[in-house]
Amino acid sequence: MKNDNIKNIIQNGAIWGFILLELAFFQIAGEYWSLSDRAFMDLDNMLLLLKQAAPIGIIAVGMTVVMINGNIDLSVGATYALAGIVMLDSMSWPFMDALGDWAIPLAWGFALLTGAILGLINGMIVWKTGVDAFIVTLGAMLGYRGLVFMYNGEQPTFHLNWTMVDIAEADVFGLETPALVFIAVALIVWLVMTRTIHGRNAYAIGDNREAAVNAGIRVGPHFVINFVLIGFLAALSAVAFYSASGSVNPNDGMLFELWAITAVVLGGTKLSGGKGSIIGTFGGVIAIQLLRKGLGHIGADTETVNLVIGSILIAVLFLDRQLNRKGAEELKV
Amino acid sequence: MSEQTPALRLEDIVKTFPGVRALDGVSFSVLPGEVHALMGENGAGKSTLMKVLGGIYQPEEGRIFIEERETVMHGPLEAKAKGVMFIHQELSLAQELSVAENIYLGELPRKAFGRVDWDTLYSRTDAILSKLKVSFNARTRVGDLSIANQQMVEIARALTVDAKAVIFDEPTASLTDAEKSVLFDVIEDLKAQGVGIIYISHRMEEIFRITDRISVLRDGEYRGTLETAETNEDEITQMMIGRSLDLSRNFEELELGKVALRVEGLSCGKLFQNVSFEVRQGEVLGFYGLVGAGRTEIAETLFGLRTPTAGRIFLKDEEVRINSPIDAISKGISLVPESRKEQGLVLGMNCRDNITLPQVDDLKAGPFVAEGAEVSIYDQYRDRLSIKSPSWRTAVGNLSGGNQQKIVIGKWLSMRPEVLIVDEPTRGIDVGSKSEIHNLLRDLAKQGYAVIVISSEMPEVLHVADRIVAMYHGQVMREFDASEVTEDGLIQAISGITNDAA
Repeated sequence: MKNDNIKNIIQNGAIWGFILLELAFFQIAGEYWSLSDRAFMDLDNMLLLLKQAAPIGIIAVGMTVVMINGNIDLSVGATYALAGIVMLDSMSWPFMDALGDWAIPLAWGFALLTGAILGLINGMIVWKTGVDAFIVTLGAMLGYRGLVFMYNGEQPTFHLNWTMVDIAEADVFGLETPALVFIAVALIVWLVMTRTIHGRNAYAIGDNREAAVNAGIRVGPHFVINFVLIGFLAALSAVAFYSASGSVNPNDGMLFELWAITAVVLGGTKLSGGKGSIIGTFGGVIAIQLLRKGLGHIGADTETVNLVIGSILIAVLFLDRQLNRKGAEELKV
Repeated sequence: MSEQTPALRLEDIVKTFPGVRALDGVSFSVLPGEVHALMGENGAGKSTLMKVLGGIYQPEEGRIFIEERETVMHGPLEAKAKGVMFIHQELSLAQELSVAENIYLGELPRKAFGRVDWDTLYSRTDAILSKLKVSFNARTRVGDLSIANQQMVEIARALTVDAKAVIFDEPTASLTDAEKSVLFDVIEDLKAQGVGIIYISHRMEEIFRITDRISVLRDGEYRGTLETAETNEDEITQMMIGRSLDLSRNFEELELGKVALRVEGLSCGKLFQNVSFEVRQGEVLGFYGLVGAGRTEIAETLFGLRTPTAGRIFLKDEEVRINSPIDAISKGISLVPESRKEQGLVLGMNCRDNITLPQVDDLKAGPFVAEGAEVSIYDQYRDRLSIKSPSWRTAVGNLSGGNQQKIVIGKWLSMRPEVLIVDEPTRGIDVGSKSEIHNLLRDLAKQGYAVIVISSEMPEVLHVADRIVAMYHGQVMREFDASEVTEDGLIQAISGITNDAA
């Protein structure tokens, strides 16, 4: 029993230990190799980090929920881009023009609705056909990306509204809007997963679907709710990001699903479902962003960053596997 | 016959597991060209003995001889190399591969550069298949074959080596009569080739049809060997049971309430047909039969996991349709399933959450789960069922089998069901907890629940049930009153013997 507790602490705390290690490493390494003379662990730098982590982070929160439930969603990158296009494009619609700044909340609403509907489609297909979520959302990833290109061809979609930019760049104690949204989303979804009936049932379904069915839990509706949630969050991520940038490229959001999954898995959520936490995912998102920034800080280029993150992901999962071995008597398969 | 060198001989095999002496000095031999039945109740030690023979378990004492040369088995591959082949009840075939690939799995004939020598593979396989007179060929995909034909593929595997002894473990469990007779022909052929055959089955009819001798195990002990021609079903049954009926139970007057559940002519395709029974409040109805007799499937149908093809279900005299577990639960039917870990529990979740799983929807405090209420439900059932767990926070995966089972039972009791169905209540549970669970089930009946217990263990149904429904091949053979039932009568009913001699 005591051993189990220690193991739990190691497992749940590992990501935070890793973050501390990164901070210490980049702080020290930065003294020697950094081109700038600012310290790595500078407050502004850390606040900026949260903002930069937000787009992937908001999606990763949704991905955690879907993965705990035993599914996966590969279509979030395309949903992100499509929601961004809907938001910016809708602002130039004639009736929206007439509304002045009141068009802004309406445009956000359109974008969020788009995300929720795309999620609903995924969820309904997974529920009603029983096809694996991996396949359904792989198809959706291609399909939704197709919609993105149908919308405006290869052209970027562009609309700049300074009020919107002001809102997007507003800050509280130095935390800009995207970072605040990320933190709020993580907090709310954490409460949903740990305190509500839906959260409880989502864990149960992901851990043992058969037992959940036998306990009279309706599996399908929970799936759908979670797909709607992740679609909504992908759109929210787009809202937070594009409100400031004002321009969507049709290739935007590509690989976002994989970055999100990487963060979720680093944060300790199991691919097979039933186990994981929003707090872990928050840590995973921060860890990845730290690594990117840190490696940039000491002068590494993007390619190196990806190589390092990939290696660390595999190393972490290997370590996790070692920790989770049931001892020498485990079946060798 | 007795002057022949045995193909296989086991001498004084002892194998113990924590707390159990599974095999207690078992000796046993098979002559070449003989079909030797190995019989005994569930738990008598048959499968343990076969695992020792196959090198899966190492015995603490005793010796194994193949053609009178002492040998040590370290694993299934070694057993195979030494000419001992197993044909298991559960098939282990790769469904997407061809028959030939399955038969020579792991030892495909090769050509240069590691290429498979398909011509040799197919011609060798077809040669074996022609001996078996089967309707498929070497290139057929195994997944396209019927279960019986897949069994033939398993048998064909046994013929690829120069087998000295072949062990058939309940081979007819899933076969039709026509398929059985093909199997028996194959066994005759093997016999004619001088292979020693060990035949494990519960079905008396088959045993008397094809075997030469019968050895009986009881509670891990060897009880003797008889010539099949010189014995009869009653004598074998006596040897298998042996012990005097341990009815440590006095049949007190039952206080029966209303009929809680009545089933009329219920059928589900080939799984079970025309099943009728009723269970009253205050009694335990037992379902006894061999694996595959359709007992679990009846439970699954009552719980809404299967759709019946015919028949009617009445709850308290009102006809109901049960389309899903949600339906069943709302109408007051609960099922403690056969495999706790796969179907009953969410192993990663804590004790409390597992107990409240079916009713968590109703435990709301604002938008959140009312965790305080959950804890008090857990405490209530922990005390009532004496669940031993360090705290409600402990993951159920860390509890012992007996306590896990109590969690599942507690989960359903907290739903206050009308009918509680318990499938294999003590599978994989240690002896001490077993009797605790048995007493618990009796108590529940006394408290007025209608309880249905499904079991493959005779002592269990005898100990727990007030009435026993004996099933064979999807049919109800007989219904017994527990105070009058005899063990022979029960064994014969579930083996498909219909005479009323019992």
